[in-house]
Amino acid sequence: MSLVKIKTRINGKAIESEVEPRKLLVHFLREDLGLTGTHVGCDTSNCGACTVLINGRAVKSCTMLAVQADGNEITTIEGISRNGELHPLQKAFLEKHGLQCGYCTPGMLLTSLWLLKKNRNPSEEEIRKNLSGNLCRCTGYQSIVESIKYGAQLMKEKEEEQEMPVR
Amino acid sequence: MEDALQLLSKYGDDAKVMAGGQSLIPLLKLRIASFPYVVNISGLKGLNQIVEKGDYLEIGSLTTISELEENDLVKEKYQALHEAAGLIADPLVRNMGTIGGNVSHGDPSNDIPAVIIALKAKLELAGLRGNRNVDADSFVTDSFTTVLEKGEILKRILIPIPGTNSGGCYIKHKKSAGDFSVAAVAVHLRLEDDERVKSAGIGLTSVAPKPLRAVRGESYLEGKKLTDSTVREAAKIVVSESNPSTDFYGSLEFKKKVLGRITEEAIHLSFERAMVR
Repeated sequence: MSLVKIKTRINGKAIESEVEPRKLLVHFLREDLGLTGTHVGCDTSNCGACTVLINGRAVKSCTMLAVQADGNEITTIEGISRNGELHPLQKAFLEKHGLQCGYCTPGMLLTSLWLLKKNRNPSEEEIRKNLSGNLCRCTGYQSIVESIKYGAQLMKEKEEEQEMPVR
Repeated sequence: MEDALQLLSKYGDDAKVMAGGQSLIPLLKLRIASFPYVVNISGLKGLNQIVEKGDYLEIGSLTTISELEENDLVKEKYQALHEAAGLIADPLVRNMGTIGGNVSHGDPSNDIPAVIIALKAKLELAGLRGNRNVDADSFVTDSFTTVLEKGEILKRILIPIPGTNSGGCYIKHKKSAGDFSVAAVAVHLRLEDDERVKSAGIGLTSVAPKPLRAVRGESYLEGKKLTDSTVREAAKIVVSESNPSTDFYGSLEFKKKVLGRITEEAIHLSFERAMVR
């Protein structure tokens, strides 16, 4: 099959590639680019382990073709830490035990980042509703919800810290 | 648009339109369907607008379900549509899935068709020989079958702007979060000044081989004052118009029972909302 050229911006880096038109985005990320932090869970659009951000919105990369990403900005789990330091939301998941086996975690983090961008202070109900496309078979969700609440707080603190004038 | 229509005409049955791909890609992956050509229309410009123009709310077919759900005008004036959008699949699917795809797929379990049937919407179809309009209730003709001809694309959904004293809702009964419904109902009522029903719209999801308009239920309600007994009778008529089948989501009897209960609830709620206005 003939290859199609696509241009994307992935985790801040401009990338030009040639892909088969039928290739799924998740396979493009994992196999062509080696970004294996994006997981394949159910592969049937149910579990959300493959969640990435496209132009800031959380979507399932197993239910999207790589060619559909042409011209768009993609963020994967590899792109959320800064200068070797974990993102505040990642720190919150660590501290509040928001993961056990960790398979669903990249998806949980990216879906939650999308929520926290829309709503800096979500209620428990809003958090749970927003996670309805991300399945976790370990935690029972309680500790994930708590991690997100704590993460929201850490993100706010970090923002305020950055806004403080440097002496 | 012209290019897309050309490609679709050229390849005929070998081509399939893809908007968000949230129904089509799973089908392709499971090899339930396969097409030599998939025409991706998601890059077409100007088809994701939600705007009131003249007598209609115009919604571009590439508007995502999330955009629909988050739109303030829809939230305020088209509650049934807002509620249905928030109940489709899950937030991640809603970020990609489009209103046009939800309708054009022709799935009797998709939610938007029942809502636009209740709202008496029209669909604007684009084709090489020009555009044509069809009524929402005649668009889906059977399971996964629509009036779209080869080389045609659903372009816009036109919903009459609701008059004063009107209100509606969408109630979806489902087994688990993100699932399709056991049954779902959209109701839209407009009242006279003396609170009698001036006009009624009722659309049903998952209870027939296609999305259904409950015509007899609608005409029973029109001209009546709503009491507990008229609402109960209307729901009974609506159930008699449905034609569900026994499957994974429940037995035929169970689905009818659910439909009756949510229809009563939906008529009451729509009436309350119409009164508040």
